[in-house]
Amino acid sequence: MKSGHKPKLAVWKFASCDGCQLSLLDCEEELLAVAGHIELAYFPEATRAEIRGPYDISLVEGSITTPHDQHRIQKIRRQSRLLIAIGACATSGGIQALRSFARVEDYVRVVYAHPEYISTLERSTAIAKHVQVDFELRGCPIDKYQLLEVLNAYLNGRKPNIPTYCVCVECKRRGTPCVMVSRGEACLGPVTQAGCGALCPAYARGCFGCFGPMENPHTEALSERLKALGVSEGDMIRLFRSFNAGAEAFRKESKAHVRIEK
Amino acid sequence: MYILEREYLAALATLLLGRGYELIGPKLAGGVITYAPLAGIEEMARKIRDAQGPGHYRSSPGEEDVWFSYVPGAASLKPWFNPPKCLVCRMRGSADEFLNETPPVTAPKRAFIGVRACEVAALRMQDKIFLEGPYADPEYRARREGALILAVNCSHPAETCFCASMQTGPKATTGFDLALTEISAKGKPAFLIEKGSDAGGELLGELPVRMATAKDKEAAILVSERAAQQITREINPERAARGLAAGLEHPHWATLESRCMNCANCTLVCPTCFCSTMEDSTSLSGDTAERWRLWDSCFVSEFTYIHGGSIRKSGASRYRQWLGHKFSHWHKQFGASGCVGCGRCIAWCPAGIDITRELAVFEASAPATARETVR
Repeated sequence: MKSGHKPKLAVWKFASCDGCQLSLLDCEEELLAVAGHIELAYFPEATRAEIRGPYDISLVEGSITTPHDQHRIQKIRRQSRLLIAIGACATSGGIQALRSFARVEDYVRVVYAHPEYISTLERSTAIAKHVQVDFELRGCPIDKYQLLEVLNAYLNGRKPNIPTYCVCVECKRRGTPCVMVSRGEACLGPVTQAGCGALCPAYARGCFGCFGPMENPHTEALSERLKALGVSEGDMIRLFRSFNAGAEAFRKESKAHVRIEK
Repeated sequence: MYILEREYLAALATLLLGRGYELIGPKLAGGVITYAPLAGIEEMARKIRDAQGPGHYRSSPGEEDVWFSYVPGAASLKPWFNPPKCLVCRMRGSADEFLNETPPVTAPKRAFIGVRACEVAALRMQDKIFLEGPYADPEYRARREGALILAVNCSHPAETCFCASMQTGPKATTGFDLALTEISAKGKPAFLIEKGSDAGGELLGELPVRMATAKDKEAAILVSERAAQQITREINPERAARGLAAGLEHPHWATLESRCMNCANCTLVCPTCFCSTMEDSTSLSGDTAERWRLWDSCFVSEFTYIHGGSIRKSGASRYRQWLGHKFSHWHKQFGASGCVGCGRCIAWCPAGIDITRELAVFEASAPATARETVR
């Protein structure tokens, strides 16, 4: 980074709520510092100015849900040196991956007056299902400090400190007593990747699994425990089917409960 | 030995605060007893009962007129001596200079009140690890040197406790400045106080104490004896070490793997687990670099990452590492078992795994007399 060249950054959006790319704007003060080292070349949420590719870093938000998306992500990959998928949509298909558990036609018919105008895929999928992804930043939304860490690490040519262990480690480091043990709350913390700073348990709520499965998620063991705490099979399906419903470990576990419920 | 009427414990707190000590003691926060800063004795958890079991903890108001009718919750004293995150060094570089800007390690003077025998034993174990080896840890040393330990002997152990079999409690025998036992003296609630150091003795000189009578001493012995009798769980450290040494390939590791969530809670609540990782970070411009030390765990994949991957890939191998180190090779490394019998890993395991029961499985299939024990 000591060379005169400022790396060019592009921010791309697919099927998503915009929350993750807004995390970059949320950086506020730090964003000014980042702008001192990185050129915001393409970021429609922030500026209408547009600098043509290729780009050194592409942050990609959202999941692939249409044939048009499939085509566009290939184009983006071709003009990106480093491609970073940001957020639950881009890394696991997002909440819209719930469509995988039903027939898309049925949805389309219920929602749209003219279903024939809708051109959509059967599944909502992560960016990595379509192109080579260099790094995945989890979260719904992503944590702005993790985003800054990834950009910082890139600028300094080092490995980003993005842990893949579970939320429990963050709870214990910040001194939050376990909500499952002390309150009997259903919590996805033991199977969810850290990164949020264990936000929900700090407010006496169970973890919602926003950051998706951790490195060695043992969802079956968690379900056993949740069952003992009185969580119904239906509630377990809903627990595992939220922002990261399409993540393999969560998808599989939710299906196990569908079988039991039937 | 001395007697301090219970109402005068507040005077001890005032004395310490007046001398510039930060007072740390058990406090009820969010339904769980934790060690926290206290502005006075009135903030300390008193007359609370705790119900603990595998993966279970609840507190409720106690019915008896006993202040220390509970044992602490998930947080041990560990974070006060070995903080979850601390700066190791900070360096700044420019075109012609390279500067070490690491701030000196300092810690406020802290007095810890309500410390249980198992915690004192754990602190002694941490001393061995952080101070008595070839390299002393500056962070731990700074925090340890100014610390006063005011222990309380347990009268109401939890269902998860097994200190009696680990010979670390329920009565503290060494490693404290003062040790209190809650008794009734001359019909009044009081503490029988044992002096453990000159610093402790000096504090007693400032308090309205009287000499303990033979009857007071008997009452205190009875409190500790009754507490020991209430403890139902047990581990035999020698048998556990033998069982683990002989059971490296035991099929029970697979059973444990099927129940363990790899969440690391057991190691993080353990008052003797000390493993850490280093994290290097930079300023955005790259001029400043910092190295931070963070609590880590043998249940984390990256903990054993070397080029090419993690050494302990299976849940069984990670569980074996934790149990094997704590109860078997710790003897060789530090001359004792790594467990102090506080029971935190049982209560705070979200999967409800009870190591006393698991160890029994290994013990049962170990040869009665080992040809080679781990000692």
